[in-house]
Amino acid sequence: MTTLTEEENKSLKSYKVCVIGCGGLGGYIIEMLGRIGIGHITAVDADVFDETNLNRQILSDTTLIGCSKAKSAFERMKKVNPDVVLKPLNIRFEAENGEDILKGHDVVVDALDNAISKKLLSDLCFKLNIPFVHGAIGGWYGQVSTIFPGDKTLDILYKDPEVSGIEKKLGNPPFTPALVASLEVTEVIKILIKRGDLLRNKVLYVNLLNMDFDIIEFKE
Amino acid sequence: MKVEVRLFATFREGREKKYFFELSENSKVSDIIDILKIKKEEIGILLVNGRDADVKRVLKDSDVAAIFPPVGGG
Repeated sequence: MTTLTEEENKSLKSYKVCVIGCGGLGGYIIEMLGRIGIGHITAVDADVFDETNLNRQILSDTTLIGCSKAKSAFERMKKVNPDVVLKPLNIRFEAENGEDILKGHDVVVDALDNAISKKLLSDLCFKLNIPFVHGAIGGWYGQVSTIFPGDKTLDILYKDPEVSGIEKKLGNPPFTPALVASLEVTEVIKILIKRGDLLRNKVLYVNLLNMDFDIIEFKE
Repeated sequence: MKVEVRLFATFREGREKKYFFELSENSKVSDIIDILKIKKEEIGILLVNGRDADVKRVLKDSDVAAIFPPVGGG
């Protein structure tokens, strides 16, 4: 495989990535980060699986209803890539514990399911000087952006985080989280290997109903 | 003056993805959303020429407005 150089490939095991959320986006993100060989993954989620997750959450299955999502990520990774050190945190990401959860990581990945928490993540990553990859889904639609400390992206994307997202009405089919998760992982790898073009100060907006993929740049 | 409006995601339902409006001078974004029957509370992201804007923003000839609903799921 020459998509990554040998050096880049070997370097991946030295990195620490924190994934906030082990649900629709998080499950796929964790799976891919593990398979490509990220050395340390912290997987954060306070929830347990329920039946409504089965349509899209890759870590879920019918035998895991009621089980912790973060712990399921740990068990899954033991089989997918035992070389990965996966730290499951069965806690809710909040202002009181956020810094402690995030510190020490090279990149953070947004797999949260609400705008208020996503804004909190953005603020804390800025404070800790850690780049993060944002992703969000709703129905046929999704968005991805990469945010370095100081970028104002999430202030634009969530001017009023209290406003209810379209996902509340549309729900989430399985294909949207899988696609947006893939895009987020791509950004993570490019941040780490310092190669390729990032979605920084831009948002990639995905519309799977009409097959429109738009990159919208934010001007200064 | 002529203004381009780009709609995204659920705002496209029952509407086009792009509109060109002929508007009088000093028209605002709020005039456009009224024409399109989009409520201010439904808007997640509003950009004019790639910059964050408010619905009260007065538009100029050749401005491009982009309107997105809020998407926050994971």
